[in-house]
Amino acid sequence: MQVPSHVEYERATSVEHALALLGRPDHCVLAGGHSLIPMMKLRLAQPGVLVDINGLAELAYIRENGGQLRIGALARHADLLDSNIAGDRFPIFHDAERVVADPIVRLWGTIGGSLCQADPSEDLSAVFAGVRATAVIRGQGGDREVPVREFHLGPYETVIGPGELLAEIRVPVHPGAGSAYEKVARRVGDWSIAAAGAVLQLKKRTIQRAGIGLTAVAAEHFVAAEAEDFLRGQPATEENFKQAAVIAAEHCHPVPDQRGPEDYKRHLVAELTTRALRRAAARAENQ
Amino acid sequence: MRVAVTVNGTEYARDVEPRLLLIHFLRDELGLTGSHWGCDTSNCGSCVVWLDQRPVKACTVLAAMADGRVVRTVEDLARDGQLDPVQQGFIECHGLQCGFCTPGMMMTARWLLDRNPDPAEAEIREVLSGQVCRCTGYENIVRSVRWAAQHSAEHPGGSQ
Repeated sequence: MQVPSHVEYERATSVEHALALLGRPDHCVLAGGHSLIPMMKLRLAQPGVLVDINGLAELAYIRENGGQLRIGALARHADLLDSNIAGDRFPIFHDAERVVADPIVRLWGTIGGSLCQADPSEDLSAVFAGVRATAVIRGQGGDREVPVREFHLGPYETVIGPGELLAEIRVPVHPGAGSAYEKVARRVGDWSIAAAGAVLQLKKRTIQRAGIGLTAVAAEHFVAAEAEDFLRGQPATEENFKQAAVIAAEHCHPVPDQRGPEDYKRHLVAELTTRALRRAAARAENQ
Repeated sequence: MRVAVTVNGTEYARDVEPRLLLIHFLRDELGLTGSHWGCDTSNCGSCVVWLDQRPVKACTVLAAMADGRVVRTVEDLARDGQLDPVQQGFIECHGLQCGFCTPGMMMTARWLLDRNPDPAEAEIREVLSGQVCRCTGYENIVRSVRWAAQHSAEHPGGSQ
């Protein structure tokens, strides 16, 4: 029987209330809880006080505003999967959400919680890093914006400090861009062995913008920056996609574990990056 | 802490530790043992109940989080002696063998049918994909849900 260690519980009644509580020592945000509570049951996490933000409806939204898709941190995985506007602008979100955990877990797990958990194998970190999203972090002194590519300091560690709360994720909408996510896992609902996400904006088949996110292979900031640099200004061809994928596979740092050896994971990175680029380009051309 | 939860239409208030999981609150504090405590790791889905109208794995939510909210368990599927069509479907199509996963399977199936009264087989398999049955191979569970979809008119019990 898995029992969390002793913990206190506070329910935030407003964002301001949550921020005041989170400024105290040993207070920890509880959102969907589908990563935190299992970690508490295994005693890998032993927070002193949980601050339950599930009642903060003002943080649960998905809308487009000022050329940006804005996702409230408390939006659930199922909300993102159900959002036509998100799926229309960024098919990569729907590709990824279909393979995050299972439909019941997706009803509760939150977008903000996924990013803040900073699990190296979690899918959305690579997705939001790939599309160059920005995290809006709220504190009692106001908001600050941090690119998702600078949001994670390492496994299970982010730039969010005491008294702060992730409020929103903003994603720039580039007309005509296409995107896709490709994942290989051992079984349905499992963490990635490896996964790759891509976003491409084309002009007459020349790549104007390229973003590549990598999951579970210790890519720095969850992205393949060298492969992105290679693609920018190049024609969107199968040869270039394969070359970029080889670069991506060379520059990540997969760790051998029960999900597979290092060479297999690099092979997956190359193959999945190629597939994601191919599908992102096809979607960009079909708009 | 004091937790007050409306379970199957009745409000229950108990003094519990904040670390108590909802599945143990239901089974040990309220004696509602229809919801099964299975893998304890959010994988198997035997503990699925509804929290504010949405299914949740009750081993992965604290009783404290349900304070002031509404929970529905498998004990509430039958109404006035009339089985829910989902329950009848599991009988008709041999949707269970040992029965351990059945309460969670039925609660998710009821939620699916309330949202989509005529789901395709693929939708049924998708929505149940986070729940594990070690006996049936799933074929008869899927048939049971399809049976419920096809016979809901003759078995009006259950659905809210």
